Parts: sequence; C-alpha cells; structure tokens
Amino acid sequence: MLVLTALALLKLNNLFAVAMLAGIYSLLSAALFTVMDAVDVAFTEAAVGAGISTVLMLGCIALVGQTSKQPPKPAFLPLFVVFVTGGMLVYGTLDIPPYGDPDNPVHHHVADYYLEDSSHDIGIPNVVTSVLASYRGYDTMGETTVIFAAMVGVLLLLVQSPRRRGSYKDSSLKSSYHNSSDNHSMHSTSEDDSYPGDN
Amino acid sequence: MNLLGLVNYWAFIILMMIGLYILLSRGNLIKKMVGLSVFQTAVFIMYISMGKVQGGTAPILMNGDVAYSNPLPHVLILTAIVVGVATTAVGLSLIVRIHEAYGTIEEDEIQIEDFGT
Repeated sequence: MLVLTALALLKLNNLFAVAMLAGIYSLLSAALFTVMDAVDVAFTEAAVGAGISTVLMLGCIALVGQTSKQPPKPAFLPLFVVFVTGGMLVYGTLDIPPYGDPDNPVHHHVADYYLEDSSHDIGIPNVVTSVLASYRGYDTMGETTVIFAAMVGVLLLLVQSPRRRGSYKDSSLKSSYHNSSDNHSMHSTSEDDSYPGDN
Repeated sequence: MNLLGLVNYWAFIILMMIGLYILLSRGNLIKKMVGLSVFQTAVFIMYISMGKVQGGTAPILMNGDVAYSNPLPHVLILTAIVVGVATTAVGLSLIVRIHEAYGTIEEDEIQIEDFGT
C-alpha cells in the first residue's frame, strides 16, 4: 500500500492531488507504526505528518499554483543513481540481524535499563515519555531550538513590509542579472526606494 | 541466513528509492519536497522496525511479565518527525519566495531566467 501510494506520488502532476496523497501516505505509515508497537510515533506522525504538513503544503500550493510540468523524458541518470544506492543498501542489509529478534544488539544497551528502571526513576508508565522528557531531555531541548530556528526562518522569508516588496518587484532579480542596459533606470528606482534601515 | 527476516529493510529500501527518484528526477520544487518527505518516512520506518520485538507490546509498563518493544528508536523518531516538519515548513516558504521572485517553481524555467540558456 505504501509503495503504491509512493508510486502514485511519482506519477501525478496535479499538485493538489500530490498534497492529499502525501497526507494519505503519512497516515498509512502511522498505521504501520502502530503495527510495530510504536504508538507514540503513530500519534505524532498522524497529527504532524498527515495533518500539519498537508495544511502547509496546501497553503503553499494556494500561493504558487496547482500544476506541475510533465518531465520531458525519463531521466536515466537519476534512475541509475537510485538503483546503485538501493543495491548497495540491500547488500548492507545482509549483515543486519533479522526483524523482531529479541536478541538483537539494539535491544541490549540502554533499552534494558530504560525498561527496567524508568518506573522507579521517573514514575510514569509510558517509557517513551520518560526517555523523551528525562533521560534524553537535552535532545528534546535541541529539538525545540531547531523548531524555533525554523519558525524564525519562515517568518523572515515570508513576512516583509509592503514597501520592500514593491521595490523588490521593480528591480527583480532576473532583470538585474541580464539587462545591463537597464541598469541605469533600475539604479534610480532603488535609490528612490531607500528605506531607513538601509544605511 | 534468514532472508525472510530482512524483508522489512527491503521494503524501507524500496520506499527510499522511490523518494530519492522523485527528488532527483522531478523539476517541480513542491514535488521535490514531497519526495524528501517520502524519503524521510522510509528512514523512520527503518528505525521503528529495528525497535520491534517479536511478541512484544508497546513500551507502556504493565503488571506481569511482558515483553516490550525497544522505546529508544521511538523517542529518536518522535524528535525526527517534528524536526522534519520544521524543515518542510522552511522549504515550502522558500518555494513561495522563489515563486514571488521568478514567477515559476519549475527548476528548468528558473535556470533559463538566471542564465538564459
């Protein structure tokens, strides 16, 4: 199912359909996480992956327009790169211990400690919560920093004064790049538009 | 060697390959972001499947002798999902900005506007 959805994502050119399918893909993967006992991850994926990122993508599409161009020809270089990467990864899996075996090395370092002692150390039954908030609390703090930085970045990119936006359209990047003959007139507009914080 | 036990990794590899192919071959910037998120989810599935214990249950402590799945990958992936959405948000706002400046979000058209080829 997941693979089919991903293939449909590859084929579709209507961006609205792509956004909705991306939501479905997230929801399906959330179901898969539940099957693999990761209920907390499934919550987060369903809320954040299927919810918020679909909304973000729809907002972006509303601003940008709906259709995407059909690629002119099947691209062979990317296909080659992808298959080489995939082949190397399959080769790499041959050394990995099998799925679900309780004797895998992953399950025997700190995981045992978390499972045995967290109810005594922290006192809440959900081990994922106690690891997230207490044992690996610094990770979570770093995560919050990343989110803050992302938010500042989004605000800096999207919020600007209408005045600057107007001047940006006058002397837009592309025309300043090529038309050196236009340089003079553009120079004058940018001088007219000088705003207080400029010097 | 028990090849059947590796099927989950191969499923993740197939999903990852599709994501990478979308990312590399499509010129539309929004489709590139979608490809990136497919790739990301594939990696999440790999981590979560590593944490699964056969016959285990979700790591919420109960009375009695129960096998639990490994909570550590769950924690790491929880963080990764949220960070992934933050990066998606930044990427999408960059796309909006590019659309404002160039009037298009197709990679080849942007290249033509920049270099005239």
